[in-house]
Formats: sequence, structure tokens, C-alpha cells
Amino acid sequence: MKHRHPTASPLAKVLRPAALFAAVSVSFCIAANPAMAQSAPQPAKPPVTFSGAPVRVGEINSYTGLPAFTIPYRQGWQLALEEINAQGGVIGCCELQVVSRDDAGKPDDAVRVAQELVTNEAVDVLAGTYFSHIGLAVADFAARNKVPFVAAEPLTDAITWSKGNRYTFRLRPSTYMQAAMLVEEAAKLPAKRWATVAPNYEYGQSAVAWFKQLLKEKRPDVEFVAEQWPVQGKLEAGPTVQALAAAKPDAIFNVTFGADLAKFVREGEGRGLFRNRKIVSLLTGEPEYLEPMKDEAPEGWIVTGYPWEQIDTPAHKAFVAAYTARFKESPKAGSIVGYITMKAVAAAITKAKSANAEPIVDALAGLTIDSPVGPVTFRASDHQATMGAYVGTTTLKDGRGTMKDWHYADGANYLPPDDAARKMRPAE
Amino acid sequence: MSFLLVQALSGLATAATLFLVSSGLTIVFGVTRIVNFAHGSFYMVGAYAGWSLIERFGGTPAGFWGSVTAAALAMGVLGAAMEIGLLRRLYRSPELFQLLGTFGVVLVVQDLTAWAWGPEDLLGRRAPGLKGSIDILDQPFPLYDLVLIGLGPLVLGLLWLLFNRTRWGTLVRAATQDREMASALGVDPARLFTGVLFLGCALAGLGGALQVPREAVTLQMDMAIVVEAFVVVVVGGMGSLAGAFLASLLIGQLQAFGILVFPQITLVLVFLFMAVVLVLRPHGLLGRAEEVPPTAPATVTVPLSTGGHTGSWALALLALLAAVPLVAGDYALILLTEVVILALFAASLHLLIGLGGLVSFGHAAWFGLGAYGSALLVKHMGAPMPLALAGAPVLAGLGALVAGWFCVRRSGLYFAMLTLAFAQIAWSIAFQWYAVTGGDNGILGVWPSSWAAGKAAYYWLTLALCGGTLWLLRRAAFAPFGYALRAGRDSGLRAESVGIDVRRFQWMAFVLAGSAAGLAGGLYAFAKGSVFPTLLAVPQSVDALVMVLMGGIQTVAGPLAGAVVFHLLKSEVMSLTDWWRLVLGLIIVALVLVFPRGIVGFLSGLRSSFVRRRA
Repeated sequence: MKHRHPTASPLAKVLRPAALFAAVSVSFCIAANPAMAQSAPQPAKPPVTFSGAPVRVGEINSYTGLPAFTIPYRQGWQLALEEINAQGGVIGCCELQVVSRDDAGKPDDAVRVAQELVTNEAVDVLAGTYFSHIGLAVADFAARNKVPFVAAEPLTDAITWSKGNRYTFRLRPSTYMQAAMLVEEAAKLPAKRWATVAPNYEYGQSAVAWFKQLLKEKRPDVEFVAEQWPVQGKLEAGPTVQALAAAKPDAIFNVTFGADLAKFVREGEGRGLFRNRKIVSLLTGEPEYLEPMKDEAPEGWIVTGYPWEQIDTPAHKAFVAAYTARFKESPKAGSIVGYITMKAVAAAITKAKSANAEPIVDALAGLTIDSPVGPVTFRASDHQATMGAYVGTTTLKDGRGTMKDWHYADGANYLPPDDAARKMRPAE
Repeated sequence: MSFLLVQALSGLATAATLFLVSSGLTIVFGVTRIVNFAHGSFYMVGAYAGWSLIERFGGTPAGFWGSVTAAALAMGVLGAAMEIGLLRRLYRSPELFQLLGTFGVVLVVQDLTAWAWGPEDLLGRRAPGLKGSIDILDQPFPLYDLVLIGLGPLVLGLLWLLFNRTRWGTLVRAATQDREMASALGVDPARLFTGVLFLGCALAGLGGALQVPREAVTLQMDMAIVVEAFVVVVVGGMGSLAGAFLASLLIGQLQAFGILVFPQITLVLVFLFMAVVLVLRPHGLLGRAEEVPPTAPATVTVPLSTGGHTGSWALALLALLAAVPLVAGDYALILLTEVVILALFAASLHLLIGLGGLVSFGHAAWFGLGAYGSALLVKHMGAPMPLALAGAPVLAGLGALVAGWFCVRRSGLYFAMLTLAFAQIAWSIAFQWYAVTGGDNGILGVWPSSWAAGKAAYYWLTLALCGGTLWLLRRAAFAPFGYALRAGRDSGLRAESVGIDVRRFQWMAFVLAGSAAGLAGGLYAFAKGSVFPTLLAVPQSVDALVMVLMGGIQTVAGPLAGAVVFHLLKSEVMSLTDWWRLVLGLIIVALVLVFPRGIVGFLSGLRSSFVRRRA
């Protein structure tokens, strides 16, 4: 046959160059970074026998979309899971099993994965999520399919208030709560002219809106003179810093985080934006955001965060010791959130004495657990947990950023009263 | 005054980076006609490699600049390796098939980078000797940014010398103008292309490594830059270095001053600008008209055939699919529902690409508009599901009617980028118009009416609607409408000379494809119960392209097979491993190498060779 088919060439001949390309890229990556991330060693199975059928938890998070924040979170719940099962599981009889899935950072994928977990994996409880919109999508799914859902990390107020539902509970302090904690400190400052910089999406917008409203209530004399709304992940640092400086504010409220924050800090230092100005900044004290900045971490910013190495309650020390021993790295804010999430799920199942949805939901409402950060209660009125945050000032110590003069702001003190919260939720 | 000057200087520093990256892209595109989706990946890996080297050697100026250069060269080598290992095998495939290959590379690189450097953001050292700032009219300005501002024109000058004063550069220019003629005159295109990929990727790597002192290195850098680089290339005029430079300057200034005037619309500013430029200037600022639209699949040799017994095969398949709920569980049904919807989405894009020769990078706009159309009707009007579903293709069709009028006046990559601009504008409206669309928190509670609430019932409804629409699309392909469209694709001039109003047919095809995608979007909204701006975002458009290309653009069944394979693969691999992007990317690369004409193209090739052998 004379006719040549491009597809008729042997497979091996075609695949060899592809393999070569892959090999080159891999070896390049290895050569570039000898200290590669090592996966943690698997622990020995706990020698516990269970008399009842296992209770299954479906866990969803953006493990590929935002690994810097979700991997510590996963290690947190893994640690909690191991502890729970080593101590006899849930309801005193049954192993707690977790099936974990990646949502690729997309709400529609998350809903599909949730369906897969509920129908194929027969999970009894859903937990997890990081992004607010994904948390909302899963919460809606949970309500429709009558599955309990413990949202771990999403911050949006809507998940417990305007879009709240019977089956959804949220652990982390919401945008409103964290803004309220910072306003308390901001109101003490002499600053009158404020500027804001926040990522241009719901989280940034509601943080700025709450901050403005709550600060004006406490200090009617302040005015807001400039606002910048960079695209999340695409902050144009130079122009943004310059535009803020041009408004000559006394203080700045910052909501950017991650890579945007690092850019903002670097450019701001270079252009003298922070000279003689007070900066109040959301989440910046969390190790996820402070540690990558190393010795360039900003000093003297008033932040919410997690000074894990300084918290010396016995419960927290035990958590840090166990976590560091297990994963050979220090805990992040995500780690403690993941840890408490799984502990709360287990406590709810044990309290309900059942793996069925309705008893677990009833148990979650009003559930109080002892956590490394102190007692945490899932309020029956709006399903928001009273987990708080640490408020303090950033500082440099031994060439890395940390917090000083901090205190634990208990979430219970920054939530509207039960009646007001209940009114914000849709009727059931 | 001094403030405005410093703001302009900041814009120039942004422009310099943008130029370095997009110059590489425009060179690669100009010569090879490859839409290199992986260009941003080289930028990202260049930044990571630069970070590693600078951490180790960057303490001195010589070490720092040596590290930057080494990172750039390393990216060049990787780019050349990609050309030899992957792209070279695809030059005879239908145009744009390389896009699928480079998309596979993007996925692979994302996971390999995460594996090699870990998930945390990395903040690198500052450039030694350039740490501080100087006062320009009493405004402090970082020294390093000044160096970057100088570097842009320097690189432009060096590239100009390379292209105008060396033999290699002359050959590259010859190949840019006429690839076939250059190779007819004895220029080995393979070697030339390897060199061009080396240069292009080295420039991307250089741009990445130079970012280390300015910002944290993250795993999201690749996607953040690649779309913007495409915008620069298209605004400047494809293949034009000076155009890319001019466009970078303009976009840099636009961003620097845009945030002063409209801090709220930073999301869409660049795309609005691109849309305006493309509407006013068909070939960008400094681009030249091409004799053949570069992305038209002029090499399609086998005309579409209706095939024997296609109708009975399709009916048999439909009957088989309709019987699935009798045996399958809930999750399988949900997955199948999604597959059927995506098959319609892919088929609607194929109408544009396969029949019209119009490659759209923004097809998600219509999918998303349909989804939002349904959701808005439910949310704001309390519409029942049938009415809301009917609203989906209407809203999407109306959107496509407006956008299409502008888009079909452009061809090739200019058309593609104009569709992308409209998609981004639609996305940013969905993202920011809180009162109506709920912003990024989306619209919840879009569930089907009670009669269709069961998984099986909704699946049958989806199957019926999608099947019917697919049948209509197929009818359109083989009706005079389809023939006219294909005539316009293969030779616009000849088609017009026989009296076909090519633009009008393309416009109608655009609206038809948009409405079909809109129906798919409406069905998707009710399948998921919620809609979010992600449905209109770039990744959704890319998924559609991947499905069409994977299946093969020369057959009507191609996109259907592509949708099935891609969606099942993705969802299955995702539930099996966290490294699903690596696995999926490798599978795509392997598919591209094994089936350079798409899955269905491969199968029909097999069949025809079998028939020939028997004859």
C-alpha cells in the first residue's frame, strides 16, 4: 500500500518523544529544587476494633485550585480523624471514615462531586470547601438532598444568613465577624482619613462595606477618601500603591491576601506608602500569608491571624505538638480549621447517636466542643460557630513575620444577637 | 503633575513585562501559526526556576542577572523540547490541533510545578543593587522598575537586530510571510520552528524570572498572564513585534490610569479596549492583512458526508441512552445528563469551527448566558421551568446576535479574540452586577419543576431536548445553509462570487450556535441547581474547544465523542487522584500524538482504509 497514513505509525515511535519531553521536564523540575515536598509517612493503623458500621464523611475542597491553603487544612482534619479513631471512633462504637475529593475550584464540579459522594460513596455528612461560591453551591445541594454540611472555610456571610438553610453549618468566623474585630481596634486609632484596598469580589466588597459601616457607627468623624478594587490575583501593585498614596489617607484598610498582598507590601515599602500610616488588615496575621513574606513581612499592622507558636493553653500546645510530629511542619490557620471541623463532625455524630441526617442536624444546632482555641459553639439560631480569631499587631522576630500584643477575640462577642441573626435567614 | 508622571512610569514597568511575554508569543504565532496555550506555563516555570537560582546565586548582581538569563535559557530548551517532542508531529494535523496539545502541556506543567516547588507562594530575593527607590519629583519610585522600563526597548532592539541583521532572522521573516515558499526554497522548517520555539519560550521565561524581585511566584501565574499576552498580541497585530510593543505600552498605561478613573471596572478594562481596537482596526494596530485567514481549515480534504445509515445508528444510540435509567444509579445518571448537555455545547461550537471555519475562544458566553437566562427568570419572575428553559436559548441567541454582528467581520485569531472579549465582558457583568446576578456568589435554588425533579425524569428531558437540537444542527449542516457556510469557510472569495453573502451566513451560524449553547446552559443550570460566573469564564470556553478538537473537527460526530471522552475522563480521574491534571494532560498529549485527527477522525480513517483494502 503506497498511501501513507499519518496515524499508521507504530505507537512507540510516537510516544517516545512525548516520554522524552516529560522526562526532560521532570528532571528539570527535580534539578531546580532538590528539597522537594515530601509526602508525610503513613502512620500505623490504630489497634482499635469497632463494633458498629463505619460512619462516612464526604469531604470536598479546592486541593488543586488553592493548595497553599487547602493542604494544611487537609492535614488538620487527617490528624483529627486519626485521633478520633484511635480513641474509639464515634458514638463509642464506629469508625469515622472520610472520602476526600477535589472540586477543581469550580462550583459545578463541587456539586457533581457532592452527588457522587452521597450516592456512590454513601456518605452521611458533607464537610469542607474554601471558596465562598463553592460553599454556597454545596450548601444549596445539601439542603435539597437533606444531607448535613459543615462548611469549614468559606467566609461569606450569606452561607449562614441570607442563604442559610437547615442543613448547613459554618465553622470559621465570617467576613462580618472578622471586620467587626478589626473595627474595634481601628476605632481606637486617631486616624480620620481612611483608604481601602480589597479584591474585587464578594469577599472584598462585603469586608469593606462592613468595615465602613461599623467604623462609622463608632467614629462618626472618620471619612473614606479612596478605594481600590484590584482583580483578585492580578493586583497592579505600583499604580495601586501610588493611587492610594495620592489620597493622603491617615490609615488604610487592606483586604488583599496571598500573592497580591506580597506584591502590595513590597511595592508599598518601596514607595513609602506605609510610612507614618496605620494599616488595618484582614487575615494578614495568618501564617499562610505572613510566612511566605519572610523578613519582608510588614511590621505594626493591626491584623486578624493565628500566632500558633505563642498560644500556650495546654489544649493548643498538645495540638501543635501532635501536628508537628505528624507532618514535620508547623500548623497554619487552615490546619486548625480542618482539625476543629472534623472534631465537630465527630462530636455531632456522637451526640446524635446516629448516622442519620436529621438527628445529626439537630445535634449540630447548639453543639459545643472544646477545641484547641477554646470552646466553640454552633449557634442554634444561625448555624454560625463562635470560633474566634486572634487580633494583634504584626512584628518581625528572628527574620520572619509573627504577631505581638494579640488577644483571642471570641466569635460569640462579634455576632448579632440570636433574634437579629434569625431574622436575616430565609424562613424554613 | 509629579503623581501623574510616576503613575505613567508604573504603567511603563507593567508594559515591559507584558511586552517580553507577548513578544515571544507573537514570534511563535507569526512563524508557526501555533496558538501556544502553554506560553503562560513557560512564564510561570521561568519564574519558579528563576526563584530557585536567585535564592542560591542571586546575592551578587552578576549572580542575579546570571540566574535570570539561565532561567530564560532553560525555558528556551524546554520550549524546543516541546516542539520536537510534540508540536512537530502535529504540523500536518488540522490547524488548531496544536492548541489541544499545548493545552495538555499546560495541565501537565501545572501539576509538575506544584509537585516540584510545593504549593506555597514563594517570595524571592530583591535584585542586588536595585533594592531601594529614587525620588522622581519627590515621589519615590523603585529602581528595579526603572531597569525594567529600560529593558523593554532593549529587548525590542535586540530582536530587531536579530530579525533584520542575521541570516536566521531573515529566514524567520521569510517563513512568517510565506511558509510554503520558504520551505520550497530549501529552508528546513523543522529546524527553524525549533529555533523559534526556543526564542519564544526563552522570552516568556525571561519575563517570568524578571518578576521574582517584584512579586510572589505562584501556581496561578500561568493563566493570569497567557490571556493578557494574547490580548497584547492581537491588539498589536499578530506577528508584529512593534505592534506588540505598542500594545503593551497602551495596555500598561490603561491599567495605570484606569484604576484612578474607574477602580471598579479593572476586571474588564483590557477586554473592552481590545474589543474597541478590533472593531475599529481589523488586524490590530500594526498588523497586516493576511491572504489566507490563518486559522481557516483550508487543508480539509474530505468533505463532510452524511454517511450511510447514520439515522438508524443515531436512533439506536438514542434508544440505548434512553434505556440507561432502567439500570443505572443516580450518580451515573447525573454524569450522563452532564455528558449529554456538554455534547450539545460542543456540537454548537463545532457548527462554528467545523462548518464555518470560525474558531471561537469565547463560546462559554452563550452557555453562561443561557444558564443565567434560566436562573434569572426563575429568581426574579418566578417562572416555571419550561418557560425558564425556553428563555435560555432566547437570551443567548440575542447576545450572540449582537456580538456576532461585530465578530463575523473579523477572521482567524482576530475573530477568536473578539469572541473572547465579548465573553469576558459578559462574565464581568455576571460577576459584578450584584443586584441582578448575585455576583460571584451566583444564583442558588434553580431546581427543576417537580415533574422533572427525579434524576431519571430530568435525564430523559435533557436527552429529548439535546437530541432534538442536535438533530436540528445536523440538518443545518447538510442543508443549503450548511453548504453555504462551508463554501464561505473554504474560499470566501469564490463563495461571494457565486452570490453567497458569507458574512450573513456566518452571522446566522453564530446566532444558531449561540442559541444551541444557550439551551445547553439552561439545562445545565437546572441540573446543578445553581449558576455562577464560572460558567462564562475562560476555562469553560477552553473545555468546549478541547472537546471539539479531541473528537475531531472534520466530522459531525466528533464533538459528541469529544464531550463524552473528555467529561468522563475528567470526572473519573478527578475522583481517583489529586494529580488529575497531570494524568488528564498526559492523556490529552498521548491522544493528540496517537490520533492527530481527533478520535472520530481516526476511526473514520480506519474505516475508509478498511473499505479501500477490501475493494
